[in-house]
Amino acid sequence: MKNGPGRSGLIMDEPLLWEKGKKGRNGMSIPESDIPAALLADELCGEGPDFPDLSEGEVVRHYTRLSQWNFGVDTGMYPLGSCTMKYNPKINEKHAAAEEITSAHPLLDDEYCQGTLRIIYELQNFLAEITGLDAVSLQPAAGAHGELAGMLIFDAYHQNKGKKRSKILMPDTAHGTNPASAALCGYKPVEIKSGERGILDVEQIRELMDEETAGIMITNPNTLGLFEENIREIAEIVHEKGGLVYGDGANMNAIMGIVDLKACGVDVLHLNLHKTFSTPHGGGGPGAGPVCVVDELQKYLPSPRVEFDGSTYSQVEDPASIGRMHGFHGNYGVLVKAFCYILTMGAEYLKKASQYAVLNASYVKVKLKDHLHLAYDRPCMHEAVFSDKNQQKNHVSTLDIAKRLMDYGYHPPTIYFPLVVPGAIMIEPTETESLEELDTFIDVVKMIVKEAETDPELLHNSPSRFKVKRLDETQAARNPCLCG
Amino acid sequence: MRYLPHTDEDIRTMFDAIGVKDFEELFITVPESCRYDKEMALPLPKTEWALNKYMAEIRTMMKVTPEHTVLIGAGRYQHNIPSSIPSIMGRSELLTAYTPYQPEMAQGTLQGLFEYQTLTARLLGVDVANASMYDGASALAEALLMGLRIGKRKKRVAMSAAIHPHFREVVRTYFHPIEFEIIELPFLEDGRTDFSSLVDENGLAAVALQSPNFFGVVEEMEAAAEAIHQAGALFVAGFSEPLAFGLLKNPGEAGADIVCGEGQSFGMPESFGGPGLGMFGCKQKYVRNLPGRLVGETTDLDGNRGYVLTLATREQHIRRGKATSNICSNQGICTLTAAMYMASLGGTGLRKLARLNYDRSEYLKQGLEEAGASVCFSSPTFNEFVVEFKDDFRPVQKRLMEQKIVAGLDLAKYYPGFDNRYLFCVTETASKEILDTVISEVKK
Repeated sequence: MKNGPGRSGLIMDEPLLWEKGKKGRNGMSIPESDIPAALLADELCGEGPDFPDLSEGEVVRHYTRLSQWNFGVDTGMYPLGSCTMKYNPKINEKHAAAEEITSAHPLLDDEYCQGTLRIIYELQNFLAEITGLDAVSLQPAAGAHGELAGMLIFDAYHQNKGKKRSKILMPDTAHGTNPASAALCGYKPVEIKSGERGILDVEQIRELMDEETAGIMITNPNTLGLFEENIREIAEIVHEKGGLVYGDGANMNAIMGIVDLKACGVDVLHLNLHKTFSTPHGGGGPGAGPVCVVDELQKYLPSPRVEFDGSTYSQVEDPASIGRMHGFHGNYGVLVKAFCYILTMGAEYLKKASQYAVLNASYVKVKLKDHLHLAYDRPCMHEAVFSDKNQQKNHVSTLDIAKRLMDYGYHPPTIYFPLVVPGAIMIEPTETESLEELDTFIDVVKMIVKEAETDPELLHNSPSRFKVKRLDETQAARNPCLCG
Repeated sequence: MRYLPHTDEDIRTMFDAIGVKDFEELFITVPESCRYDKEMALPLPKTEWALNKYMAEIRTMMKVTPEHTVLIGAGRYQHNIPSSIPSIMGRSELLTAYTPYQPEMAQGTLQGLFEYQTLTARLLGVDVANASMYDGASALAEALLMGLRIGKRKKRVAMSAAIHPHFREVVRTYFHPIEFEIIELPFLEDGRTDFSSLVDENGLAAVALQSPNFFGVVEEMEAAAEAIHQAGALFVAGFSEPLAFGLLKNPGEAGADIVCGEGQSFGMPESFGGPGLGMFGCKQKYVRNLPGRLVGETTDLDGNRGYVLTLATREQHIRRGKATSNICSNQGICTLTAAMYMASLGGTGLRKLARLNYDRSEYLKQGLEEAGASVCFSSPTFNEFVVEFKDDFRPVQKRLMEQKIVAGLDLAKYYPGFDNRYLFCVTETASKEILDTVISEVKK
């Protein structure tokens, strides 16, 4: 194994929390009581949970060891398609953790929290400017939450027009959250098959769009990494029948400063701040999924929103609003990080980020297309979708390739998605990877492709350099053990 | 630009390899009519140092500062957070990872989540806890939707009016487009939920209450469980202050079927309302109806113990439109933070801290009563309580604000007829001296 950073194995073992510790230890200081104990009826009292007692040092070492079994974007290249794993700037963490921000209670009267409201107001405006849309709510806590907000806005709009609609058009390349979010609003997803070129076919939309259909959900660029070139024409057809166009902004990283979503005919769009706007994903969250709309739909946005009269920031609620989506203002700390990112990048570097993201993906696509099967050989945007078609003759699957990549020190791409490409390998390098890093990654993939021919068993048994070898996911689902 | 590694030479090399001459050609598939035809009007890029200045200026606009003691809870609580927690939570291997789709390279996240699920299940008295929802409010909405899934043809749910008003609003938002009815149960003079209108009928899928409720009042959970189960419904037990279960009986023990609430108290600051996390668990028999991610134990090729995401057939990326929820990203690192906090406190520490919170809030409650305010609800409370002042409280509140104490939440805008009633919250961060100051200002 000559290439790639995955060469060392400093792996400590570490038991589960409750396999450690002794009763009577403690890991944080608790103030001594300076007040007499109050009475409490016995029947309300419980035993308290059976938690292990650990010292502060034990807790710190436990999580430090756990962290060493993990791979983050700070560790190495993380080309997980559709997830935009770009570098997460450290300064943004510092500002989100500033005490003035973290100590702010969300129910303070407006006059006491002008600073936190100002950040909301300015970020609302920045995101409107970046997308080309008119108004924004920052409340949704993640992309899927933003989608749900969008679908609720669709429903409010149609109900306000006097008629609830029952269906929604859904490309077969859509993220699973799209149909799931639509279903929460009672919409029946109507699947649209991708055309031969991997993008939506106008005639199919014309056939399927009717006055029972609330609209369409489009991811653009789509999950094949292709720009939906017909989006304007599609939007016109949908609008003609009284429908709305939803844009899934998961792939916004390809198009900042390049595409105007409003000009594309998009009415509602969500963004993923933990993708495009560089906030760390935290091994699953928290994200933030602001929802952006055209003027006509502004009144339906989740409330409260923040307005500014030239001297004071204030929270406002529109009676037509779909209401609250979150207990307070959404994942506020995440908003602060994205705000700092936009201030650092400005228009110039946001646009460059998108250009370089597309440049990096196009480069990887060109360099790998003779080695891995390329699903659609067309100009790609920020990601390219390959498959294991060429490796099947050696009984090597996408999963094997992914697991082998780990041994070479890379996080695997997104695999088996989008569903329209069997054995999909979806590579999104992002703009923060350098040319040298891409070249090394490309060499590693080429080497794995060779290994697939000469030593398939090696791939079947990978990964081999981690704390655990390949894990049995079937067993986990068959006999669930969810609690220790 | 320090985040972008591309040199002009790199860009030329890459253009040549791809076979394009410029960026224009790279974006050839974007039609002219879709183009952003102007420069984005955003502030000019800031250096790290200019950003620091800008943010510092914004921070000065906060009139309530870190020096203030905030005696407001209502779903967001001021607790001490040991420095060890942000330090280990900030380990970038944990913080900068994505969802653990590739388990062999995410065992840190996965074991951490498995430990969280276990500690949370023990805390709440449930068989299974998931790896988090967005927050307490959306978790409640999801719990009621889960109740409807289990109840199959049933069309109604009920929730107590003593649940946090914002949580109820979120439930209404989620339920608005769908054909289900929400009944609101009133509360009694003592601040507890009134179950007398619950009758045995077939249409009721689930009944939700919160304990301690919005008024801080500890509900009679066993009696509630009996009334709800007799009405043929599932018992959804909510909460906004999980610390309470260090001292009080947990909801699972009292008979709750689904338990959900806000977990911010466990190691996360108020942060203007987020991020925190939705803690969510249920009885074993309902596990296939659970929303959200679950981590399970398994073995590797050599038979060694390891952890993976599991029961994914409930989730949107497999089931799409038929999933138990649309949730994908959850609260990730906040979930680990909550586990770190539970591990740091331990069973002994959790009890001690819960007791301290209880004692301190009782001290202020008694003190305010002696100072002439009346305690609105006679039932026992944890951490929070409602008092009514005879005279306008706002001048007192203002004086206290000048002494860096944020005293009480005006309930008039949440409940009609609650004029001059305030919700107070006392945690371990409020010293006796602070509480005495509040009491003496009320006496003046």
